[in-house]
Amino acid sequence: MAVVYEKTKLLTDKPLHYCPGCTHGIIHRLVAEAIDELGIQGKTIGIAPVGCAVFAYDYFNCDMMEAAHGRAPAVATGCKRVNPDNIVFTYQGDGDLASIGAAEITHAATRGENITVIFVNNAIYGMTGGQMAPTTLPGQVTTTSPYGRDPKLCGYPIRISEMLATLDGPAYISRVSVHDVKHIMEAKKAIRKAFEMQIAGKGFSLVEVLSACPTNWGMTPQEALKWLEANMIPQYPLGVKKEVE
Amino acid sequence: MAKLTIDRETCKGCGLCADVCPKHLLALSKDINAKGYHPICITEQDKCIGCAFCARMCPDAVIKVEK
Repeated sequence: MAVVYEKTKLLTDKPLHYCPGCTHGIIHRLVAEAIDELGIQGKTIGIAPVGCAVFAYDYFNCDMMEAAHGRAPAVATGCKRVNPDNIVFTYQGDGDLASIGAAEITHAATRGENITVIFVNNAIYGMTGGQMAPTTLPGQVTTTSPYGRDPKLCGYPIRISEMLATLDGPAYISRVSVHDVKHIMEAKKAIRKAFEMQIAGKGFSLVEVLSACPTNWGMTPQEALKWLEANMIPQYPLGVKKEVE
Repeated sequence: MAKLTIDRETCKGCGLCADVCPKHLLALSKDINAKGYHPICITEQDKCIGCAFCARMCPDAVIKVEK
């Protein structure tokens, strides 16, 4: 019997701490598979964020570092400039990247740092207990917006991919989703492409992955994926936002 | 015929794999694993077509597919 599919060796045997149905696990696997397929395990350095994915360093079977909240792109910048032959990626959530780390990601992008950023957008703060994030949808109920996010009071959600795509620095920016198998396959291609851009020395690459948070959205895993498809994709349209030749 | 191997102790019983199985062959077990979750199990192994949709959907990478 031939193996059709098995867990990639780029993920360690440590069981993921994520909640049942959390799509962080899928995204971890896609990143690991992309690194495995490109044969860059020995020279890849990952930067873990603060947030639900703070323990990412335990799960990826490559060199990993931990950054202060939101500062992963700054750490990655130093890492890549000192070790230009290494492949450097950050793995960040929306609370980390779009809020406290908004400056770091914007400036790393506009400098065109030759790093890859995996941006997991689940429209909420997960680890801290489901507070409103910069990416929370208008009307979305969170623990700090119990009547739904009111744009008049709290502003509108930030579309990070579109915002960064207006800059001259980035080489590749794409938004994907993982709510079904077809979109998971597309997400894998985009993540692989982002790493390929870095290997080719093209510059900054970012893949925004729409992700579900069943626990803090107050839904079953099944309801959460349906909610993602019905509500998040209209707010955050999928597709390639920028790609240089 | 395809063969599924499920890591029962790592499964968290989210059931996302069951939703994407085109043959509806996956279901939650009645018993629980050491973590207290009802792990997924395959109901009719001989009907599995080995598409690996379940394994690609699984957030915890607990499914191995052979064909």
